[in-house]
Amino acid sequence: MPTLANYLLASGILFAIGLGGVMLRRSIIVIFMSLEMMLSAANLSLVAFSRYGLVNGHQNFNAQILVFFIITVAAAEVAVGLAIIVSLYRARQTTHVEDLDTLKF
Amino acid sequence: MNISMIAWITLLVPLIAAALIVLVTRTSKPLASGLAILSALVAFVGAWTLFIAKTHGDFLGFNWINVAIDLDHHFTIPLGLLIDPLSRTMLVIVATIAPLVFIYSLGYMKEEEGYWRYFAGLALFLFSMLGIVLADNLVMMFIFWELVGVSSYILIGHYFRKNSAADAAKQAFLVNRIGDFGFMLGILFIWLATGDISFASLNPEAGALQGQPVMLAIGVVLIFCGTVGKSAQFPLHVWLPNSMEGPTPVSSLLHAATMVAAGVYLLARIFPLLAASPQASEIVLWIGAITALGAGFLAIGQDDIKGILAYSTISQLGYMVAGAGLAVSAALPMFHLFTHAFFKCLLFLSAGSVILGMHHEQDIWKMGGLKNKMPLTFLAYLAGMLALSGCPGLSGSFSKDLIMAHAWADHRAIFWVLVVGAALTPFYMARQASVVFLGSPRSDHAKHAHESPMVMVLPLLLLAIPSIAAGWGFVKNIFFPEALGSLEEAGHLPWFVEWIFISAFVVGIALAFAIYRNPAKDPLRIPLLANRFYIDAFYDWAVATIQGGFARLCSFIDRWFINGILVQGSATAIWFLGFCLRFLQVGNIQAYAFFFGAGVIALIYVLLTVH
Amino acid sequence: MLTVAFWFFATLMIAFGASVVLLRNPVSCAMSLVMSFISLAALFITLDAAFIGIIQILVYAGAVMVLFLFIIMLLDLRTEESRSLNIGATVGGLLVVSAFIAFLVKIISSTPAFSQKLPDFVGPQTSEVKMIGFTLFQTFWLPFEVVGVLLLVATVGVVVLSRKSLR
Repeated sequence: MPTLANYLLASGILFAIGLGGVMLRRSIIVIFMSLEMMLSAANLSLVAFSRYGLVNGHQNFNAQILVFFIITVAAAEVAVGLAIIVSLYRARQTTHVEDLDTLKF
Repeated sequence: MNISMIAWITLLVPLIAAALIVLVTRTSKPLASGLAILSALVAFVGAWTLFIAKTHGDFLGFNWINVAIDLDHHFTIPLGLLIDPLSRTMLVIVATIAPLVFIYSLGYMKEEEGYWRYFAGLALFLFSMLGIVLADNLVMMFIFWELVGVSSYILIGHYFRKNSAADAAKQAFLVNRIGDFGFMLGILFIWLATGDISFASLNPEAGALQGQPVMLAIGVVLIFCGTVGKSAQFPLHVWLPNSMEGPTPVSSLLHAATMVAAGVYLLARIFPLLAASPQASEIVLWIGAITALGAGFLAIGQDDIKGILAYSTISQLGYMVAGAGLAVSAALPMFHLFTHAFFKCLLFLSAGSVILGMHHEQDIWKMGGLKNKMPLTFLAYLAGMLALSGCPGLSGSFSKDLIMAHAWADHRAIFWVLVVGAALTPFYMARQASVVFLGSPRSDHAKHAHESPMVMVLPLLLLAIPSIAAGWGFVKNIFFPEALGSLEEAGHLPWFVEWIFISAFVVGIALAFAIYRNPAKDPLRIPLLANRFYIDAFYDWAVATIQGGFARLCSFIDRWFINGILVQGSATAIWFLGFCLRFLQVGNIQAYAFFFGAGVIALIYVLLTVH
Repeated sequence: MLTVAFWFFATLMIAFGASVVLLRNPVSCAMSLVMSFISLAALFITLDAAFIGIIQILVYAGAVMVLFLFIIMLLDLRTEESRSLNIGATVGGLLVVSAFIAFLVKIISSTPAFSQKLPDFVGPQTSEVKMIGFTLFQTFWLPFEVVGVLLLVATVGVVVLSRKSLR
């Protein structure tokens, strides 16, 4: 029987992989995908807690509603983020992160 | 209309008049002077009413500050009027002299500029002086004390376009401030010690003062500092001769008769405390005696007609303060204040008449032979001069001799100091009379002098009456009833003491007439006296060196320490920190992500370990 | 049964997640991510959250990843050329990640409450979708409406951002 700790550990490792992807990959698109992975890992944590922390004999549906909203917001965020990446590509002709370095002092 | 209403009207009408003069009468000279004189007459009627009705009471106006400290303690400063024999007598003095001076000013200031300013200042002064007289507690008296100082500043600086007048006004105010600082410390001291500041409840045995002679002495001496400033005692006497820059009626009202006498009035008010402290009254006595003698010497070397009278005022104030220091009764200094107010005011007004007749020339060595040109002025002046010099039978001799008699009985050294001063007084007064009125004219102004208009001469003649009569027995008993303290002779005086006084008078006058028989210039030229014992030079040096040095030190601290290190230093440090942190903005997005992640890790670590 | 499902899908999810980070070709990364999401959805279903699992596949794997693939094709991204490795950044990133995993393991192992077994349901069970519907439209009605506005704003923003020139 998997315990709550197992699920949390899985979620945490997925999150850590996503964090590594954000910090180590050079392509903007892949960074963005790692970001989505981090969000999903958080969703897994929430659903695990929803199942293991019973309220009145059934799952804690508040957590599942939160997951619902997170997925929605993530979808909106992806849309807008990708639109920004497209305009960035049009302006700079590159998706390599190290070429986008004008945001400095 | 009950008595308390009359008291409040007496106090407040001059204030209303001053406000109206300032607001309404800029362009109308008769209206300005009319309002002022009307307010003085209202005060006159009110004061005499209160005197005749023998009012006695403490009329509370309102509690200016009323704060509850705890359930049964309150911190209150009331503003009320205390009418007792002392304030009744002083009210009569102030309210009788004031209308006469106001009417005199009609003639003196007729051609002067700033007419409305002058009368507004006079009305404000009358309000403030009446406030001092009627105040029922130390704090209220202090408020009006400062108000009197302000009116004095306004009036001395009437000819403010003249540098010397503006400087004199500033000096008067600042030197008074020094005395008032001690006064305020004294008020706080007495308040902390006894918890009460009203005159009716002054008690040397109250509260923390019981059995503590040193504390009582400190409190009284601090309050005496106010007198030293206001009544021009040594060492704060330097402002009074310079205050002669103001118009002559101002000099007579403020700086001879009433304002400078407020210091003596204060001593009379705190007399229970003064009498209970031998150390404090010793200090008061010596300062008064030194002032009396020193100012007498300085008066000999003066060439300005008002300057002689100014030093004479300082000297006579020294007599009053010495009389208070003898701690016999509150009435002793007040009696001399009473007689002095009349004859000194008379002397100043007649000097003003002379000045006006000489077209504003004030050097006595340009005058001479005026007794034929201005006979009425001369007669009035003579009455005042004889009263001041202690001519037997006139008012001044009664009060001055009484003080000296008590000095013989209690304090022999002071007696001799005062007697020498009493010999100097007729000397310098006769010098002035001889040079100004007798002999032959020394300049064109003197040759063409003429008598002053009646509006000025009438107050002179009216003032001559009390100058002569104010010391006589029945007058004394009316104004100084037993309740004020005894004015009896001091025990057994040997027969020769009386003759010492008379001989001082005679010797002084004779010597003066002998030396100053129609001279062309002053045969006695003593530089020490002419330079006022170099006290002024000393003060100039002290202010320039000590205060200037302190100011430079403060400037140094301000510029280098506060501004340089604290203000600009902290700004530079922040700027430097920002400059260093700026290098973290490398532009690489993943570096930012790294910083972000590292920060989160650090936060988790802190949260874990702090538990 | 549940244990096997958990371990299988968890391993799959993490393996595909790692390949997202490690592969060079962006399309390969996208496909790995899709597989990761499907495994995640399976994990959701093992947790009796079937609705959320289906939503995950429909929205995330279906819509979001398709959008990613569209953009990759639009920008015509090839395999990213490998530039010289920045040692400092790499070490820093790996340090942060390992520190995170270390903290995670420490916290999870030191909390006894996380060791509970799967608790049983008690009482009559209404359908899970019905319950989610009730909760969403009763307790969380306002956030629901606000999210609707959010989606509108996102739509408008995307349209504005995609214009050739910002006018």
